[in-house]
Amino acid sequence: MTAENIANPKIIVPKIIVRDLNFYYGNDRALKDINLSITEKMVTAFIGPSGCGKSTLLRTFNRMYQLYPKQKATGEILLDGANILDKKQDLNTLRAKIGMVFQKPTPFPMSIYDNIAFGVKLYESLSKNDMDERVEWALRKAALWTEAKDKLKQSGTSLSGGQQQRLCIARAIAVKPQVLLLDEPTSALDPISTAHIEKLIDELKEDFTIVIVTHNMQQAARVSDYTAYMYLGDLIEFGDTSMVFTNPKRKETEDYITGRFG
Amino acid sequence: MLSLYTRRRIINAVGLAISMLAMLFGLFWLCWILWTLLEHGLPALTPVVFEQMTPPPGSSGGLLNAIAGSLAMTLVGTLIGTPIGILAGTYLAEFGQRGWLAPITRFINDVLLSAPSIVIGLFVYEVYVIRVKHFSGWAGALALSIIVIPIVIRTTENMLRLVPTTLREAAAALGAPQWKIINFITLRAARAGIITGVMLAIARISGETAPLLFTALNNQFWSSDMDQPMANLPVVIFQFAMSPYQDWQKLAWAGALLITLSVLTLNILARVLFRQKATTH
Repeated sequence: MTAENIANPKIIVPKIIVRDLNFYYGNDRALKDINLSITEKMVTAFIGPSGCGKSTLLRTFNRMYQLYPKQKATGEILLDGANILDKKQDLNTLRAKIGMVFQKPTPFPMSIYDNIAFGVKLYESLSKNDMDERVEWALRKAALWTEAKDKLKQSGTSLSGGQQQRLCIARAIAVKPQVLLLDEPTSALDPISTAHIEKLIDELKEDFTIVIVTHNMQQAARVSDYTAYMYLGDLIEFGDTSMVFTNPKRKETEDYITGRFG
Repeated sequence: MLSLYTRRRIINAVGLAISMLAMLFGLFWLCWILWTLLEHGLPALTPVVFEQMTPPPGSSGGLLNAIAGSLAMTLVGTLIGTPIGILAGTYLAEFGQRGWLAPITRFINDVLLSAPSIVIGLFVYEVYVIRVKHFSGWAGALALSIIVIPIVIRTTENMLRLVPTTLREAAAALGAPQWKIINFITLRAARAGIITGVMLAIARISGETAPLLFTALNNQFWSSDMDQPMANLPVVIFQFAMSPYQDWQKLAWAGALLITLSVLTLNILARVLFRQKATTH
């Protein structure tokens, strides 16, 4: 992987920098002084056993937790240098820049076309033609176009689970975000659909910075450039995926990835 | 000593038999009611019923004015009650997670849901009929709408709560403001369930007698003026069935059958609609 990185013409730029991040569910501290940086147009994976805080960390990046009154985050998350935890940060513009795909496919109760147009309409008023183009572009990017092009007017729920998840990815990228958050995107899918999505992640990192939470270590090893291992709200180890998996610095990480624990 | 497997089979058979008996007992009365209704109602259900007004004792006639009055008051009652119910139910489901207003509203709504309909009739009589000094179709519709509201509130809230949180989160993650999430995502996802609730509310009020007795009363003649006393099926049935005149009794059976059939249709329609939604989602 390191050899690849040298060969890779991409310049390593931090897209998101997390500084001293703490997160609370009521009085429970779920994240403890997290510090890490997410590199632009790379895939960063968060791994760790259930309850380690990996999804919680992901959900701070688009302030998803704000739907729930008892949850709060302290510290700093810098997106291109600006602190998104700042109260002055407008949530809608933040979420236009940071898209998210969830564990279970969440197609909206409307047609495939409208599923994708819904997000776009929030930010842009496109002509019918431009919208058609945008929908096609998003579906092509999400490798769903050939399967969906003849049934754009059909309900999004009529698709299979794997297709629904790709529809959700298409919906997220149709808004043209800079960062894509994937919260265990394949854990509800069969192996073939999973392979589809993993291939897609590889293609999408050309255009987007991707952060993926996964409980599947092989998946993290397959798709990510950087891996963060978390345990009980602590960031135990963070580094090049190849390093973390072949030569972990911490014993806890080694125990987890070799299956001795978790 | 019986083997474990045989014992389980016997317990299973006994349990099944008791459940079947209970079901048969319940169904027996239902079928008897339906049979009696059909037996008396079908012969009385002639085209004349839909063509003529309620007759004076001793002469023949129909139920046209009562059917029209029932339809009008049910319609107006539903039109008043449904939007209020859906809005309040949406508030409870989408905004009622914190604060003191929602739990209190929910509790009062539950009380209203189980309030005897005669109390609601008396209430409208007291606050409306006495004030305007006459019975009227408006008063009847008002009383019916008060019955509709808690039913629609309850079903709307329940149906919205069935919408998975992940769907709301997914819309919020796109940056959609809350009013758009509610309007375009959650209400839409719960649409079939909410419509079902409204239909069940209509079914409920189309058979209510008590609230109309104190409000719309009755009218022997055709009246399209909602500000006048208004004929309606339940009260006509009540009055005619208790009378000694055979013509009237026959019409009462015809009216009872009519109400039952329309309620049955509404219920079946609601079920079909809800099942369709269950298979597509």
